[in-house]
Amino acid sequence: MSAKILEKQQLSENVFKLVLDAPKIAKKRKAGQFVVLRIHEEGERIPLTIADADPAKGTLTIIFQVVGKSTAHLSELKAGDSLLDLVGPMGQPTHVEKIGTVVCVGGGVGVAPVYPITQAMKNAGNYVISIIGARCKDLIIMEDEMKAVSDEIIVTTDDGTYGYHGFVSQALEEKYLMTGDKKIDMVVAIGPVPMMRALCDVTKKYNVHTVVSLNSIMVDATGMCGACRVTVGGKTRFVCVDGPEFDGHQVDFKELIDRQRIYLDQEKQCYDHYCTCRQQGKGA
Amino acid sequence: MEMKERLKIPRQPMPEQDPQVRKRNFDEVPLGYTPETAKAEALRCIQCKKPECVEGCPVEVDIPGFIALVAEGKFIEAARKIKQTNALPAVCGRVCPQEVQCEVRCVRGKKAEPVAIGRLERFVADYERAAGEVSIPKIENKTGKKIAVVGSGPSGLTVAGDLVQMGHDVTIFEALHAAGGVLVYGIPEFRLPKAIVAAEVDYLKKLGVKIETSNVIGKVATVDELFAEGYDAVFLGTGAGLPSFMNIPGENLNGVYSANEYLTRSNLMKAYRFPEYDTPIVRGKNVAVIGGGNVAMDSARTAMRLGADHVYLVYRRSRQEMPARIEEIHHAEEEGIELHLLTNPIRYLGNDKGWVTGIECLQMELGEPDDSGRRRPVPIKGSEFIKDVDTVVVAIGAGSNPLVQSTTPGLDTNKWNYIVADEETGPTSREGVFAGGDIVTGAATVILAMGAGRKAARAIHKYVMSK
Repeated sequence: MSAKILEKQQLSENVFKLVLDAPKIAKKRKAGQFVVLRIHEEGERIPLTIADADPAKGTLTIIFQVVGKSTAHLSELKAGDSLLDLVGPMGQPTHVEKIGTVVCVGGGVGVAPVYPITQAMKNAGNYVISIIGARCKDLIIMEDEMKAVSDEIIVTTDDGTYGYHGFVSQALEEKYLMTGDKKIDMVVAIGPVPMMRALCDVTKKYNVHTVVSLNSIMVDATGMCGACRVTVGGKTRFVCVDGPEFDGHQVDFKELIDRQRIYLDQEKQCYDHYCTCRQQGKGA
Repeated sequence: MEMKERLKIPRQPMPEQDPQVRKRNFDEVPLGYTPETAKAEALRCIQCKKPECVEGCPVEVDIPGFIALVAEGKFIEAARKIKQTNALPAVCGRVCPQEVQCEVRCVRGKKAEPVAIGRLERFVADYERAAGEVSIPKIENKTGKKIAVVGSGPSGLTVAGDLVQMGHDVTIFEALHAAGGVLVYGIPEFRLPKAIVAAEVDYLKKLGVKIETSNVIGKVATVDELFAEGYDAVFLGTGAGLPSFMNIPGENLNGVYSANEYLTRSNLMKAYRFPEYDTPIVRGKNVAVIGGGNVAMDSARTAMRLGADHVYLVYRRSRQEMPARIEEIHHAEEEGIELHLLTNPIRYLGNDKGWVTGIECLQMELGEPDDSGRRRPVPIKGSEFIKDVDTVVVAIGAGSNPLVQSTTPGLDTNKWNYIVADEETGPTSREGVFAGGDIVTGAATVILAMGAGRKAARAIHKYVMSK
């Protein structure tokens, strides 16, 4: 089904938010699930985590970072434009229950998918600590939204331009795990793979259960193709139907990073071509 | 023409693109009959009183009936005759294994070669479409019954086409963005042009079938929710869409694909036209395809068209046991696909960047027959060898996608998670829910799925009309 863009907002230099008219998906989606969209007939199918939904209004919010041609094209669409295809909600919802103190960690644009999980964890009665980070102050997104659903929040920047100077994994270790002031029952982390890996290395030391949400390359996202396969605990799993969330201590991050780079050359070729066409004022 | 003369006409060959040319393009391989060759071929049919060919057809096409019309040059009428029982003649004329269905039973085949039924079916369907004279039968007596069809592959399209002509209100829910199922994601353009699938799907839409693409049943709505929305019956034709892997070391290396992914990228997403289309695909120079079925042939021939220098087809049994159609193996060999029979991969080798660089295989020999009745391949000790490859396509079969089964309480499945349904008429353990095609039988052929759809349509009609 196609989906109309109702609102568009730029959240940081390369991060955009779109509110889509998608009543059927808005009604069904749960925290942790994602959609797959296709912009135009020649376009690829790209998976994006659902950042928010309003079942009453029938709207769905997606937040994405421009990383290549498709996301660049997506960022140039305006309110009133339509996506050719939108399918979802895909993947398993986050397992949400009251377990005590939960730390929700979002890195970069990963704050967007961690937001609905944070909200769900809070609603389930957990004590929620949020740690959100980015390279610098200007790239921090959704601070207010996260604050509203958290009992405590730490903002980190790699360059120290805002909040805690360092990585989210360092903040988690230094402020909570090392001090042992508060018993952390679970960590949920979404962000770039190196961030999730670093974070899992830390929580493993302290034996804190850590759930990560993986953003693998996908095609159909219904379990049909296996493009998104990942090794978890020595077994091959499909991120699209078995995930996207897995026990971070079991994930083979090296393989995941390798697999995310399969099409690096083609993606660059496509994006460069797109940018050149844009500069020359032609469509791509 | 006298019967004696008719018996003298040889089976008319169908011209094909030259192998050396076609191995580098995605255009269709066979070029089709001309009106003259079609008429000549049709005259070979002796119009048996008890035509056995029809019994061999899972959808019971009136074969002598349409062939008689071809012989008279009434091509459009011939197409309409087929469409009385088969909504997808252009597809079936191309991908049905006629050699084991209708043509194998043709009496002409006993002394000479059988009538080329498939080529004639293809010819009249193409003729009708090219003439722009596709007729839409008028549907009388609307029943007011609503039927949901899950999946738009061969079984779903057949069920929908039959039920809409019986006067029911039919909606197909398709998970992908295009209708056709395996016809669009699996079978390559050079075997089944996508414009033909689109035309046959369009024909169903003109009959009144509604098609909701990008709707994953089990996710956006469950079967129970479809009933709650007012559907009187649900047909599940979700196919065998779960790729099988061998679970050997290195299978997750970059450059190792499931056939489903490789073919979906190339066919559905048109990666062979990258960068005009955005979806990329690895264009390997030395490609190994694992398996011996039609999907393996499609993958190997796709790899060749994507520019490979060598394509190795690695199959653990011998040529006699290959499940692929003989015609497909023949086409593949003509195009330079190298068959490595009685060979089984045991692991994939990779570099430090996670890319596949080689495949280690064992030589096999045939032992005692196994459960399938075929002689079991047994490894030859010490026969390990390594072949350098940069791309691998694993085409060893497909299982059942669990999305619908896992969200439909009370729907019985077997140990492979296929839906348990009466293979004759399609009812499942849930009232009002019918199933057919690969999701019931396991991966099979287009026409068997269509046959299941045909039978299920009759059962669904009976069910909703008695409610």
